[in-house]
Amino acid sequence: MVSGIGCSSRAPGYVDFNTLHTTHGRALPFATGIKLAKPEMTVIVVTGDGDATAIGGNHLIHAARRNLDLTVVLFNNSTYGMTSGQYSPTTPTGAFGTTAPYGNAEQPFDICNLAEAAGATYVARGTTYHAKVLPNLIEKAISNKGFSLVETITQCPIYFGRMNKIGNSVEMMKWQKEHAVTKKQAETMSPEELADKFIIGELCHKTKPDYCELYDRIIEKAQASIK
Amino acid sequence: MAKVLDDAAKAAQGKATKRALTGNEAVALAMRQINPDVVAAYPITPATEIVQIFSTYVADGLVNTEFVAVESEHSAMSATLGASAAGARAMTGTSSQGLALMWEMLYICAGLRLPVVMPVVNRALSAPINIHGDHSDTMGARDAGWIQIFSENSQEAYDNLIQAIRIAEHPEILLPTMVTMDGFIISHAMEVVEIQSDEDVRKFLGTYKPERTVLDIDRPITMGGLDFTDYYFEHRRSIAEPMINAKQYILEVAAEFEQKFGRKYGLFEEYKMEDADYAIVVLGSTAGTAKIAVDELRAQGVKAGMLKIRVFRPFPYEEIAEAIAKCKAVAVMDRSDGLAGRGGPVFGEVRNAICDMEKKPITVDYVYGLGGRDIDVEMIKSVYSDLQRIAATGDKALVTYLGVRD
Ligand SMILES: Cc1ncc(C[n+]2csc(CCOP(=O)(O)OP(=O)(O)O)c2C)c(N)n1
Repeated sequence: MVSGIGCSSRAPGYVDFNTLHTTHGRALPFATGIKLAKPEMTVIVVTGDGDATAIGGNHLIHAARRNLDLTVVLFNNSTYGMTSGQYSPTTPTGAFGTTAPYGNAEQPFDICNLAEAAGATYVARGTTYHAKVLPNLIEKAISNKGFSLVETITQCPIYFGRMNKIGNSVEMMKWQKEHAVTKKQAETMSPEELADKFIIGELCHKTKPDYCELYDRIIEKAQASIK
Repeated sequence: MAKVLDDAAKAAQGKATKRALTGNEAVALAMRQINPDVVAAYPITPATEIVQIFSTYVADGLVNTEFVAVESEHSAMSATLGASAAGARAMTGTSSQGLALMWEMLYICAGLRLPVVMPVVNRALSAPINIHGDHSDTMGARDAGWIQIFSENSQEAYDNLIQAIRIAEHPEILLPTMVTMDGFIISHAMEVVEIQSDEDVRKFLGTYKPERTVLDIDRPITMGGLDFTDYYFEHRRSIAEPMINAKQYILEVAAEFEQKFGRKYGLFEEYKMEDADYAIVVLGSTAGTAKIAVDELRAQGVKAGMLKIRVFRPFPYEEIAEAIAKCKAVAVMDRSDGLAGRGGPVFGEVRNAICDMEKKPITVDYVYGLGGRDIDVEMIKSVYSDLQRIAATGDKALVTYLGVRD
C-alpha cells in the first residue's frame, strides 16, 4: 500500500501490509515504480482529494491513461484536512474553507468522470456511511486488471463540517446518506432532483489491456526480432 | 488568532505598537503592511498560517493583493515569478517539501533577477516525514541565487521581511530573497513584537518601479531565452556579481531601518565576542538559548561568546573570519547535516572563511536539532566545555552529533 501526504494518506499506518508513505501528491509515481518492478504484486494507493487532484493531479490522469494495474482509494473530504481546511479542487463552488472565508469561487472536479475520461477501466464511488458496500467496491477494484479508482466521500468534521455548518461526524454521515443515490435511482430522477445529489456504486467497468500486458507484448516483439 | 491580529492591525494604523504575536502572525502582518500586488501560495505546515491569515486580509479588503490559491508549490513559485516578471511586487511563503518542490523555479527566479520575497519556515525534509524545525530545507536552496536571511525570533522575522523587500528590489541587487524562521519554535510561539505603523512601513518600502518588465508593449523584452555555450556562462556569472556586492546594500538598508525604527541589524550579531576565547556560531532560534548559556558561563568566569549569522547568503566570509580570529576554539552549530562526515553547510562556510588566515582558531562542528530535536542551555554549555578541553589538549572530534541517541 502506497500513500501520499494528508490525513487520508496516513491510512497505511493502520494496516498490516507492506507500506510506503511518500511525499505530497506523488503516491502514484512511487506505486508505478513498484508495480513495474514487481508486476505480480497487488498495489493499492491511498490518497486524498488534494493529494491526488491538486498537487498530484498530473500523475492521476497519466496513471489512468496507461491503465496501469493499480487500485486507488481516494478519500474525498472536499478539503485539505491536514493543513487545516483550505479549499481543494473538490470543494463545491460557494462552500467555505480557511482560504475561502466568503465562499469558494472555483469549480470542482468530478473525480470519477475525470478518471474515466483519462482511461481508468474501473471507477466507483462510495461513502463512509455506506460502509457495507465499500469493501465490495474496493474488492472489485482490486480484481480489475487495470487502473481502478474508488472515490470515497468522507467527512472532515473539524474543518469542512464546522466551516460549512454541516455539523459533527454523525450529521455529516447523515448528509451522505441523504445525498447519495444509486445509478438506478438516478435514472428515474430529473436533473433538478439530481442537482444536489451524487451517484454511488460502480460507475464504469471496461476491459482494456493494462500497461504491464502491453509492455510484455513489446518485450516479446523486440526479443523475437533478435532471434 | 484573528482577534489578536485585528487588534494588531488596528493598532498599527497609527503608531508603533507592541503586541503578543506568533512568528507566523508577525510575518502575515508584515505582509499586510507590505501589501504586495500578487501572492500565490499552497499550504504546508508550519508555514500555512502565514498565507492563510494573509488570505483573510485579502478577503476582508485590507490589502489590494491578488491572491491565488494554486495547486502546488511548483505553481506557487511559477505564478509568483510570472507576476514579478510582469512588474508586480510578488510574494509567496512555504516550508520544507514545499521549498523542495520549488527548487526548479528558485533558480529561474534568481536567473531572471526577479526580486521575489518569500518567508520560509524552516522544517526538516522527508524521509521519514517530520514537521518540526531544522535547516535542511533552506540549506538545500543555498546556491540557488537567493539572498537568505535567518531570524532568531518573531521580531526579527517581522523586521527582516520588511527589510527583505528593500534588499531584493535594490537596483544594485535585484535578487530574490528568503527570510527564514525556525518551524514551531518561532512560527508557533507567541512573543511580544513591536509593530511599526502601516504608514511608516509603506514609507520605508516605497513603491517598486522595475526598470523593464514583460507586458511592456512599447519596449518588449525576452526573458529566459535560449542561451547555449555562447552566453550562458556570462549570464550566470552576472548573477554572482550582485550577490557578492549585496552585503554593503544590506547594511545600508539595515542602517536606514535602525534610524527609522530603532532596531539594529548587521550581517551577523556578536554576543560577548570582544574578548571571547570560546565561541559558537549559530543560526536562528538557538541563538536565544545560546545567549543564556553564554551569560551563565561568563558569570563563572569563562570567556564565552556567540556569533549569530543573520545573512547566510551572501555569506559574510571576511567579516566572520575577523570576528572569530582571536578565539582559541570555535564550535559551529549546524541544524542540518552534509551526511559526509564533515559536518553541515555552516561548518563548510566558516572553515572556508578562515582557511587562508595564518593564525586561526580550532574549529569543530556540532550537528544538532534535526527534525526539531530539542536543544537546551545545558547542551550548549557542554559544547563550551568541549571547546575548553579542545583548546587545552588539542584533542578534538571534528564533527559531533549533539543530542542523538546511539
Ligand atoms: C510539497 C508539499 N506541499 C504541501 C504539503 C502540506 N500538506 C500536507 S497534507 C496537505 C493537503 C492534504 O489534503 P488531502 O490530500 O485532501 O488530504 P486530507 O488531509 O484532507 O485527507 C498539504 C497541503 C506537503 N506535505 N508537501
